[in-house]
Amino acid sequence: MNYMRAGGVVKGLAKRAIMLYLTLVISMYITIVVANMGGLVDQYIKSQLILEITYNIKRNPEYRNLPPAEIDKLIKKTFEIEIKRRGLDKPFLVRSFIYLKDALTLDLGRAMYLQSDSGSRQVKIIILERLPQTVMLFTTSMLIHFFVNLFMGLYLARHYGSFLDKLFIALSPTSVIPGWFYGIFLILIFYSWLHVLPPGGIVDVPPPEDPILYSLSVLKHMILPLASWIISGFFLGCYSSRTFFLIFSTEDYVEAARAKGVPPRLIERRYILRPALPPIVTNFALGLIGSWSGAIITERVFNWPGLGMLTYNAINAFDTPVLVGITVIYAYLLMITVFLLDIVYVLIDPRIRLSLGGR
Amino acid sequence: MSTPRYEMGLKAALRELLSYKSGVMGLGLLLLLVAISIYTVIAIPYDRAISLWRGEGGIWLDKPRNAAPIWIKYLIGKNLPENIVLDTRVRRVGVVKAVTPIPGTNFKKLYIEFTFNYPYDGFPSEINLFFYAKYNATAPLLRIYWVKPGGEEFKLMDYMLRAPDDILYLSINPEAYRSALRHVVEALGKEPATELPIEVCLFGVEDESMLDVSTARSLKGTYKLIIRGTLFGEDADVDVKAVIYGRVWGLAGTDHLRRDLTIALLWGTPVAMAFGLTASVAVSIIHLIIGTISGYYGGKVDLIIQRLTEIYMVIPFLPFLILLATFYKLTIWLILAVVIILSIFSPGIKSTRALVMQIREYPYIEAAKAYGASDLRIVFLYIIPKILPPIVPGMIGAIPGYVFLEAGLSILGLGDPYLPTWGKVINDAYTNGALYKGYYYWVLEPSFMLILTALAFAMLGFALDKIVNPRLREL
Repeated sequence: MNYMRAGGVVKGLAKRAIMLYLTLVISMYITIVVANMGGLVDQYIKSQLILEITYNIKRNPEYRNLPPAEIDKLIKKTFEIEIKRRGLDKPFLVRSFIYLKDALTLDLGRAMYLQSDSGSRQVKIIILERLPQTVMLFTTSMLIHFFVNLFMGLYLARHYGSFLDKLFIALSPTSVIPGWFYGIFLILIFYSWLHVLPPGGIVDVPPPEDPILYSLSVLKHMILPLASWIISGFFLGCYSSRTFFLIFSTEDYVEAARAKGVPPRLIERRYILRPALPPIVTNFALGLIGSWSGAIITERVFNWPGLGMLTYNAINAFDTPVLVGITVIYAYLLMITVFLLDIVYVLIDPRIRLSLGGR
Repeated sequence: MSTPRYEMGLKAALRELLSYKSGVMGLGLLLLLVAISIYTVIAIPYDRAISLWRGEGGIWLDKPRNAAPIWIKYLIGKNLPENIVLDTRVRRVGVVKAVTPIPGTNFKKLYIEFTFNYPYDGFPSEINLFFYAKYNATAPLLRIYWVKPGGEEFKLMDYMLRAPDDILYLSINPEAYRSALRHVVEALGKEPATELPIEVCLFGVEDESMLDVSTARSLKGTYKLIIRGTLFGEDADVDVKAVIYGRVWGLAGTDHLRRDLTIALLWGTPVAMAFGLTASVAVSIIHLIIGTISGYYGGKVDLIIQRLTEIYMVIPFLPFLILLATFYKLTIWLILAVVIILSIFSPGIKSTRALVMQIREYPYIEAAKAYGASDLRIVFLYIIPKILPPIVPGMIGAIPGYVFLEAGLSILGLGDPYLPTWGKVINDAYTNGALYKGYYYWVLEPSFMLILTALAFAMLGFALDKIVNPRLREL
């Protein structure tokens, strides 16, 4: 690679980085506006607030002897102070930009209603507390999926037309059924009927003291959710990766290599897997990022305390800081991944290197 | 692309579709679902379905709670109890009502006798008495008796109506329970080892087996429920409807609110089909148009569309959908609109865009440009019709995803507030512990319908894919 080309690549990537950041800013702003319902959530918060304040003041024995007019005044004053403290006195338009700045600098702030299990209201702590559970379940499932699909796809492509191949094709429509739906059936079979596995949750109640028993209990609770996701994606995943490899293996250069007498293993590695690498890497990276935010419905079916459940709880409480926090972390991860993928493409795909450098 | 295949028309395409097994099955299932939908919409109009599902006017009071479908009987080979409804207002064999004035007073004597056959295994789920009375100042005084097959009559309880349309929940009435239990203890000479529900006391075989609720068997034969009473006043009258609730009911069973599940199963069909089909078709067509515009015009337009697609990639689809549905309590049709709006730009546009970028260079487009066809004309009349067939399989194949999306939203409690849908039934079953209490039919029936719908479209999509993308057929 000569210097001129390298310069072109760097310039192209820098341009791309700026574009991606702009994308991130705009989508975060949209998220903030929608998560606040364009300011409508404010009304909800305010009415909640006034209820809460009235309740607290009326219940406080200190104020019991005050005349009603005084109490009303007190309520009003407390309400105004609270509104100011939360910054709700400014118009939504102004606040939306403050929120945007906070989100972009990853200053996630405090949740309005939700609390972490340790009692903290810091959005960062709430999210970090749920993250391991989600990663444990969904990233594991994504990894299993990815490798099973890859190897099974290769195997089927190699044995294309065999009974197994036809079986996978015939069963691939089963994948239109989502994981959570299989989950209900798995609960029905393994909990209600056979009584061998727990129906949900992450650990036995009460949790075992011994760390080994504790992890075994968690593993036991992971089986069904994990299985439901793997079953759901299994056949279609293998089928599409098989078709993907088959399309690459019917390219002319592969035929030519075959005609030349290149050994099949070598063909697979150099002529099929090599050019198929960029899409595989993309799938892997995006799948990894996608698994981060969990799955709302699956987590609810299995009562799994991950980020999906947190998202759901945040939505039900209209706890916008938590919602925006989850989204902004996801957005950053996604954008960084997309950017890294661009760099990886440059490294592994000479065609892209050429087109970028030639600009 | 321009093989003669597309010119063969619909008939030939259909014939080809039927040459695939998955095509035949998909089409068959689809026809069945369409037939169900049409029947449902005609037989149970929209408004009626909603009012039935809300249970307006107490229409479900006679139905058993959480009853399994009736065909379960044949499946497990046990004659599970069916619903028995006896009503003095409907004269038939086994229902006797006599009102005789007592001379010298304006009181009347009431005698009601319900005779019914109970040939079932197992015990009823509940027993209720519904009264429809007329009286002026003093409420009628009633005395309720029970007669087992071949047994003596014994008193269950005294009852004074609290209102003209009173309901006596015999199953949870302590006085009736005490009398029934006393009767059992007298017959057996022993206290039962476990607590016996009143239905077991009233319908059980009176021997050793009855001492334990798990071994108690039902006594088959002719039972009598007798009500004797005194009515005060010239025009006082009492009619009674006795309902001995079974454990099986109807084709699909009932839910926790005694509602007939067939309504939800039937109405779920057109709702799911309309939702899935509209969402999928609308989204696919929008993607097609946007992808075509992006690929055809290129330049700035393309750039903007690419950026918008990336922005949409970041926006969390499901959380936004849930948020809007929660905040506004959206009906299913508004949810549909939101789904479509939230998926306007998606990575799916890219493939269309790439395809159009190739087609743009084709001679016939150049020719069109040469004779002065406008860009819009080229996009909508020359390019889109050409690339439409290959996206049809994807469009059909995407339908189940949307059907399950609706079901998933219902599982989160965000379904349509009025209409009964499959997802809502599953949600009801789930929140009422159907999986833990063993009401499997409650989950399995709507699930079965969902799977049927999903498979119909998925198989059809697969078969179509092979027809319009011949390259796949070779693989």
